[in-house]
Amino acid sequence: MISSDLQTVLPELVLAVYAMAALMWAVYRGKDAEAPMLFGLTALVLAGIGLWIGLQSAGTTTAFNGAFINDGFARFTKVIVLFSAAIVLLMSQQYLKRNALLKFEFPILISLAVVGMMMMISAGDLMSLYLGLELQSLALYVIAAFRRDSARSTEAGLKYFVLGALSSGLLLYGASLIYGYTGTTSFSGITAAIGTEKLSPGLLIGMVFLITGFAFKVSAVPFHMWAPDVYEGSPTPVTAFFATAPKAAALALFARVMFDAFGGVTGEWGQIVALLSLLSMFLGAIAAIGQTNIKRLMAYSSIGHMGFALMGLAAGTQEGVQAMLIYLVVYVTMNIGVFAFILNMEKDGQAVTDISALNMYSRVEPLRAVALMVLMFSLAGIPPMVGFFSKFFVLKAAVNADLAWLAIGGVIASVIGAFYYLRIIYLMYFGEPKEALDGSMPAFHWAALMASAFVMVAGAINLFGVESLAGAAAATLLK
Amino acid sequence: MEIGLEHYLTVAAFLFVTGVFGIFLNRKNVIIILMSIELMLLAVNINFVAFSSFMGDMVGQVFTLFVLTVAAAEAAIGLAILVCFFRNKGTIAVEDINVMKG
Repeated sequence: MISSDLQTVLPELVLAVYAMAALMWAVYRGKDAEAPMLFGLTALVLAGIGLWIGLQSAGTTTAFNGAFINDGFARFTKVIVLFSAAIVLLMSQQYLKRNALLKFEFPILISLAVVGMMMMISAGDLMSLYLGLELQSLALYVIAAFRRDSARSTEAGLKYFVLGALSSGLLLYGASLIYGYTGTTSFSGITAAIGTEKLSPGLLIGMVFLITGFAFKVSAVPFHMWAPDVYEGSPTPVTAFFATAPKAAALALFARVMFDAFGGVTGEWGQIVALLSLLSMFLGAIAAIGQTNIKRLMAYSSIGHMGFALMGLAAGTQEGVQAMLIYLVVYVTMNIGVFAFILNMEKDGQAVTDISALNMYSRVEPLRAVALMVLMFSLAGIPPMVGFFSKFFVLKAAVNADLAWLAIGGVIASVIGAFYYLRIIYLMYFGEPKEALDGSMPAFHWAALMASAFVMVAGAINLFGVESLAGAAAATLLK
Repeated sequence: MEIGLEHYLTVAAFLFVTGVFGIFLNRKNVIIILMSIELMLLAVNINFVAFSSFMGDMVGQVFTLFVLTVAAAEAAIGLAILVCFFRNKGTIAVEDINVMKG
């Protein structure tokens, strides 16, 4: 019994043990002198575990009386989380070094956060859900405040902590009500207790609290207010991390709970998620227009993108989940490329985040400007790019699920949102000549930027087979 | 008067709402926010233990133990971040957390 349980959680176990061993080793050896080696090693371990999980045989196994589920859906999202975390970690190193932030705790905190995310994705019980979520959140609070001597970074950490703790509290209150009204904390037990009837008022309140907690974690409107401040204040590599892996994990957890625990009453939560989705898309599009700080702009952009991903969830169908997973892959890929660029926005050795610094950037670095242009087109969802197809899939899923009003809202929001993406392209090609950025770009960042831009163009042919993989993953979630 | 489940739930709901309002209405001190967060988590614990005892099911009490443990870790990290913030700004008044505005 216990040995087969351990077999199922082995990847998480290996990563957790690695994080603790690395911590002890670095503390007793050279401390920060070991940091460069630890960055490489941790990225290798993350990517290795990602490969391992990706190559695991198909099929569903559960452990610890169903508290941990390893199915196709979990494997698909875990691979996204692990690889994006590994790439962002490798990209962080240069920036942290230039800013005297190269500390050995960083890769260890990232690996602990990733263990938490993997637990969240595989949660099959309210208890494992809560523990995974908190392991992830506690590590993220610390890395948001990673630049300890900066008022901005510590303020970002403090804001993130207060609102994150509030959201955990709301989620937990919902969990307690659900436990009280169903008598169990396991998702399968909750599904059995609910049946397919209308929810009782107590359960409905519990579910709404639970959804509120998730909405905070995916920064969906109206629970998004932490995101712009945290994105702006945190060191840029941390922002890059926030925009990728945790978003994917939180969204996967959202889908997991909704389908595994409340799969019988899709209609009840579908409307709530649809509303969250609509508000996020519009706020993400409109509020970003006035932003001049590119990190803040990316925060609003990610709020808008989460709105689109939630549209897939709101559809409540297998097609919707498939669309959401495709959207996640594309979103994470685009963000890795964009942040590889933002990490190197420098002038005279000083990091620059104001978008006016991009004026006539095409004259300084034509190739990088082209890559960023492709990524911006893709973020805006303009046809030949992959970003268009990912939007198309969620819109199609929404229309097929009789949510045409939501799809129309999504199209309108994406037209409004295109404005600020296109403004960046406008600045780069037709802006007023100003003192240009002069930051050089390390080879790995250059490769990440170019690869991400290339994928956005070349993926238009067949999405590199992600479509069928996501379909198979979605099928295991809905069974 | 018999003290039933609903009485416990009412107390917990009251404590929870106090905690939420403590976070939003408080204009003075970040420490009060940390106390409010604890209050919310303890309200949840009362809920869990009450349900657990009235249903005769141990899972709720196990959950409570986990919540207590995590709450301790959360308070430790919150205080650590607060200390860093105080070193930079020399104050922990809520109205001074305003370097960034949206």
